[in-house]
Amino acid sequence: MTRLKPSTVLLNLGVALISLLVLFPLAWMVSVSLMQTGEAAVFPPPLLPSSPTLEHYRDLFANQGMGRYLWNSVLLASLATILALSFSVPAGYAFAKLRFKGRDRLFQALVGILVIPAQIGTLPLFLLLKQMGLVNTYAGALVPWLASIFGIFLVRQYCLSIPDEMLEAARVDGATEGQIFRRVVLPALQPIIVTLGLFIFLGSWNDFLWPLIILTDQSNYTLPVALAALSREHVQDIEMMMAGAVITVAPVLILFLALQRYYIRGMLAGSVKG
Amino acid sequence: MTMVAQTPPDPVHSERLPAKTPTKRRGGIGRRERAAWGFLAPALIAIAIFFVIPVVSALLLSLTDFDIYALADLANLRFVGLQNYERLLSNPLFWTAMRNTAWFAVLGVPLTIAAALGAAVILNARTVKWRPIWRVMLFAPYVTTLVATAVVWRYLLHTRYGVINWGLDSIGLPAVDWLGQPESSIPAILMFVVWKTFGYNMLIFLAVLQTVPDELYEAARIDGAGRWKQFRHVTLPAIAPTVLLVSIITVAAFFQLFAEPYVMTQGGPAQSTVTVLYFMYEEGFKWWNLGSASAVAFILFLCILAVTLVQLWVSRRLAGSET
Repeated sequence: MTRLKPSTVLLNLGVALISLLVLFPLAWMVSVSLMQTGEAAVFPPPLLPSSPTLEHYRDLFANQGMGRYLWNSVLLASLATILALSFSVPAGYAFAKLRFKGRDRLFQALVGILVIPAQIGTLPLFLLLKQMGLVNTYAGALVPWLASIFGIFLVRQYCLSIPDEMLEAARVDGATEGQIFRRVVLPALQPIIVTLGLFIFLGSWNDFLWPLIILTDQSNYTLPVALAALSREHVQDIEMMMAGAVITVAPVLILFLALQRYYIRGMLAGSVKG
Repeated sequence: MTMVAQTPPDPVHSERLPAKTPTKRRGGIGRRERAAWGFLAPALIAIAIFFVIPVVSALLLSLTDFDIYALADLANLRFVGLQNYERLLSNPLFWTAMRNTAWFAVLGVPLTIAAALGAAVILNARTVKWRPIWRVMLFAPYVTTLVATAVVWRYLLHTRYGVINWGLDSIGLPAVDWLGQPESSIPAILMFVVWKTFGYNMLIFLAVLQTVPDELYEAARIDGAGRWKQFRHVTLPAIAPTVLLVSIITVAAFFQLFAEPYVMTQGGPAQSTVTVLYFMYEEGFKWWNLGSASAVAFILFLCILAVTLVQLWVSRRLAGSET
């Protein structure tokens, strides 16, 4: 038996303590969501429910339309993921592996406009979609996800590592460019597709400003927009608001935990670039 | 864990794909070029229509008096030159928003960086066990839904029943009306923002720290350097460029605070948490002064651009001094 040094034990205890402190707000959220109505509004605040109940979850789904918001969020995030992937993956591949006139200049231009925050165009985009009759529609909410320059950038970086021999071999065998993309490139890109898909899904799920602007009708609200509206109406109902927060956060948190390897790898690829 | 994503350079590229090989069928290059544009077209068209045109229009819109009447009938639209900008610069609420945003950035960036760096250095210690578990736990707040966790923090910061005031009470400090008075509203929101975002920078720092060779620490120890000296003379120089770049990216993020004040304070109390983006939202979508709101957006863009140019300048200087 090797004896642990006291400093090692202390360090590990410290790390554990910090981690628990950081997770505390999330744990507290779950705990309060299970309390009886009014139980959390006392001093000192209780940390655990005296007799756990699911009544607030039931109430949210039965009386506050939570099922509808959950459905909107799931649908919009899924569609945003599919659309953004089908737009940016082929483009990223073309920038990395296909030769065409003006390729490098075009790519530099795209990287250049990457620094422009999307919020700048929010107002004209709203007016444009109003002209097109897309305000308060799912299509309107999805539109910004079609124009993901970051996605193109991420896919291009990854594509550069595909050996050209692989593509040439397929060309010699007489495959068309479309067939090469489907049969050779897409399978090789599987990890980055998972990563980018995860980014887009989480980004769309967590997005607030754009859905707040474009989805004017309550029946079209996503979870964050609905939760913000609910929290103004039900300031006193701590327990119910916490249940709403759990419903909003749990899906993305679980998704992240399941696919964290992809997430972290992609995040470092996207940001630590000279 | 050493993937500070350096895509391997592809040495084959330049030699393997000559522009014209004699044996190649005629039209092969043309076909490939056509295929390339086919792959690109959907994305490029979407970017042009839904990103480039709106951004350019924002500039034009900011030179008009586009308001609720123009929204009803475009005939009411007039070109007003720089009037929107002039009026903004003499609007006290605009300056309040600029000042608040500056405070958020000035206080928030060092706090976020310090928390991230501290966590990364501790996690990187060789004697830490189960590192991947702690890493995920500390990063988790970053992926949560901003609106939902802002609601949670509003209750954590509650004056009477909040856990944070309970903590203060238990060490003998008086309760603070965190979100209810102008002096503490920005620090209160900052606590939340730092908690929510430090994990992102922490992961980046951790990745860079793991590229610092152990031998450097070894050598420092042999020279009799203690913990602090090792940090000062080995760790800090190794990660200084990353710290700089990350802090500038963080500034840009702090310029874009919106949901936090929207959910936690609605800009209050006494407009102490109105940020530039919050001001733009109210101006545009509450009062429907789209011309004026576009001017705000454009000023915000100029601020972010200025920060980005500083970033480029700094990174170029750093790259220059290394070689």
